[in-house]
Amino acid sequence: MIPQIRPAILSVLTLTILSGIAYPLLVAGVARIAFPDQAEGSLVRKAGRVVGSVHIGQAFTDRGDFWGRPSATVGTNAIPLPFNGANSGGSNLSPGNPDLRRGVAARVAALQAADPEQLGPIPVDLVTASGSGLDPDISPEAAGYQANRVAKARGLSLAQIQALVRSHTERPQFAFLGAARVNVLKLNLALDAMQGK
Amino acid sequence: MAPLDFAQYALFLILVLLATGPTGRYMERVFTGNAGFLERALGPLERWIYRLMGVDPKAEMGWQDQAWAFTLTGLAGAAVLFGLLMVQQFLPGPPARNNLPTPMTWDLALNTAVSFATGTTWQAYSGETTLRHATQMVGLVTQGFLAGGTGLALGMAFIRGFAGMKAHKGLGNFWSDFIRGVLYLLLPLSLLLALALVGQGTVMAFRDHLALTTLRGGSQLLALGPAAALESIKNLGTNGGGFFGANGAHPFANPTPLANFLGMLAIVVLPAGLTHTFGRMTRRRDAGWMLFAVMTLLFALGLGGLHYAETARSAALPVAVAQGPNLEGKEVRFGLAQTVLAGIATSNGACGSSAAQPGSFSPLGGGVLLFNMLLGEVAFGGLGTGLVGMLMAAVIAVFLGGLMIGRSPEYLGKAVRAKEVQLAIVYALVMPLTVLALSAVAVSTGAGQAGFSSNPGTRQFTEVVFAYASCAANNGQGMGGLSANSPFWNLTTALAMLLGRFATGALAFALAGSLSSQRRRPRSAGSLPVGSPLFGGLLFFTVVVVTGLSFLPVLVLGPVAECLSLK
Repeated sequence: MIPQIRPAILSVLTLTILSGIAYPLLVAGVARIAFPDQAEGSLVRKAGRVVGSVHIGQAFTDRGDFWGRPSATVGTNAIPLPFNGANSGGSNLSPGNPDLRRGVAARVAALQAADPEQLGPIPVDLVTASGSGLDPDISPEAAGYQANRVAKARGLSLAQIQALVRSHTERPQFAFLGAARVNVLKLNLALDAMQGK
Repeated sequence: MAPLDFAQYALFLILVLLATGPTGRYMERVFTGNAGFLERALGPLERWIYRLMGVDPKAEMGWQDQAWAFTLTGLAGAAVLFGLLMVQQFLPGPPARNNLPTPMTWDLALNTAVSFATGTTWQAYSGETTLRHATQMVGLVTQGFLAGGTGLALGMAFIRGFAGMKAHKGLGNFWSDFIRGVLYLLLPLSLLLALALVGQGTVMAFRDHLALTTLRGGSQLLALGPAAALESIKNLGTNGGGFFGANGAHPFANPTPLANFLGMLAIVVLPAGLTHTFGRMTRRRDAGWMLFAVMTLLFALGLGGLHYAETARSAALPVAVAQGPNLEGKEVRFGLAQTVLAGIATSNGACGSSAAQPGSFSPLGGGVLLFNMLLGEVAFGGLGTGLVGMLMAAVIAVFLGGLMIGRSPEYLGKAVRAKEVQLAIVYALVMPLTVLALSAVAVSTGAGQAGFSSNPGTRQFTEVVFAYASCAANNGQGMGGLSANSPFWNLTTALAMLLGRFATGALAFALAGSLSSQRRRPRSAGSLPVGSPLFGGLLFFTVVVVTGLSFLPVLVLGPVAECLSLK
């Protein structure tokens, strides 16, 4: 046992320098040259002002905007604060939890109240909280479900909105990895741009 | 199963199959002294490290020395990390203190130090509300390489125990295996993977939380940091502890389906390759491929089971909601297939970096993850430790097989005597004893029950067993409905992690030592055909039945009872 003590301690210290300092700095250095935008959070700008990150969802509540997924993130003192980018996490509610049933029912009611004309089935992702609480995407079905509401609120035609959703639908990577998705922030930015806002 | 989902699973398994041969061959070369151009480049650094440590990399080490080296390195790592966590508030650099509201108590620091030093990386904290970037980088990234490298060295000693032809042929040198594994395998692969992740959108920034005004004028605080460096080694070293609280579900950690797919390959490819390294070094490639086949079968059954469980409609949804999988706690970009793939790779791979929140999985889906961890993480498993677990099961399997056919049991020409069987059985008992005893304490004491924060009924019981199974198996994922940052939970989970790493580690080294003391007998008509599908079936049966018999009651009381109660 005794002869192994020194190498044990020194191996920890050596690797601290090699893998705890040199390696991350090397990654950061190459990343800064090769992928400067991504390394800094893929920030999105509008008229020169940073308005968010393409990877992090935002809370949209206007009827004229597409809404993202419900977010279960909280602020300090556990007060709900959706899309809190400084405290990621899901609800951790189990399918049998009455709190989850109540939460889903409230989201269903809010969606139906915002657009009484929309009688189609509500996509699951619009009424369930994401794992990170920061999901930037919704499914194409979830965007389609909201198209009528957005069109009315903005005074645009349903066909215009649907075309915009289609052009902002990202296919699965290499046509098969993951799921088709629509980035909500980019879609709402495009809506603004369409109306010259 | 939708065709695209099936295609993703199939491609994953095919890539693992294709990579196993070359990876296994390369690892054999790394650990027998010829790592090619990397060795020419980094050889001087390697020799300098040995001089600094004061070790002779060519000296054979006995099993006791190796076990001490393994344990002491882990404990030294834990001590350094504990110190770093306790002083982190005085460290320079971002994030500012007011952005880190979770206090670093001594019990949380102890839990975290043990957790990362054992490769468990159970996280009772959220990275972005608790840790300085300097702590994550210097502390946690280092532990990823330490735990991964020492696990790999354990695996190599174990392989040599079976491979030695002559009696008392040694187990190699622990320090050499450890340092070579880090220099020629983990560091280069981790560098490549980290850069690929940044290309996909994983952040790598040394800056404080970014306060911004959103498109509609709200305020949002974004936690950034040097995440890519940790995200790559957490998977390659089968540690699993991510930079952010939501771990693999966080879009800054795991931004795209491709990033997720690469991360899951990183978990599986090295442990899978070790089966071929084993086959080559024992000169019984058929035996290595049979281990690979049994692991693949367990993995594929897990994929099927979790996919089935999470496709089912959630009981929480009213009729107005469309048909579709259970998406509570899941991310849209991954779809069901990448979420399921991540669930199975991480729960089998001693790596808690799930791409969703297991706390919201369906009862059976959570049950599949739990069962995988209770198997002892043998379906590819942890780096080095997964192969050890499967070979331990093989020792029990040949013992059972020997009893059935009335022949003295042996595996690859090494006799499985009373001593070997005892060690393998005790190894197999560490998991049930730890998990069941601690779960019993937790559910019957107020301090344990105080952790139940979200969910009612039988789910609470599942959460407790899940937590201890995850810690004892050095996995690290948890069902978040359990609030585990309290002295009771921090200390009992730390105990489970220590037993799961060092008690099993010492037993594994002891078995390797016992095997290496034997001459390897040549193959004869009396040898068990350990490369045959018949033996594969026996091994599969042994793994499942040993686990099943130990844990059937808790699985019935937890996931099964909850599933029945939802109908």
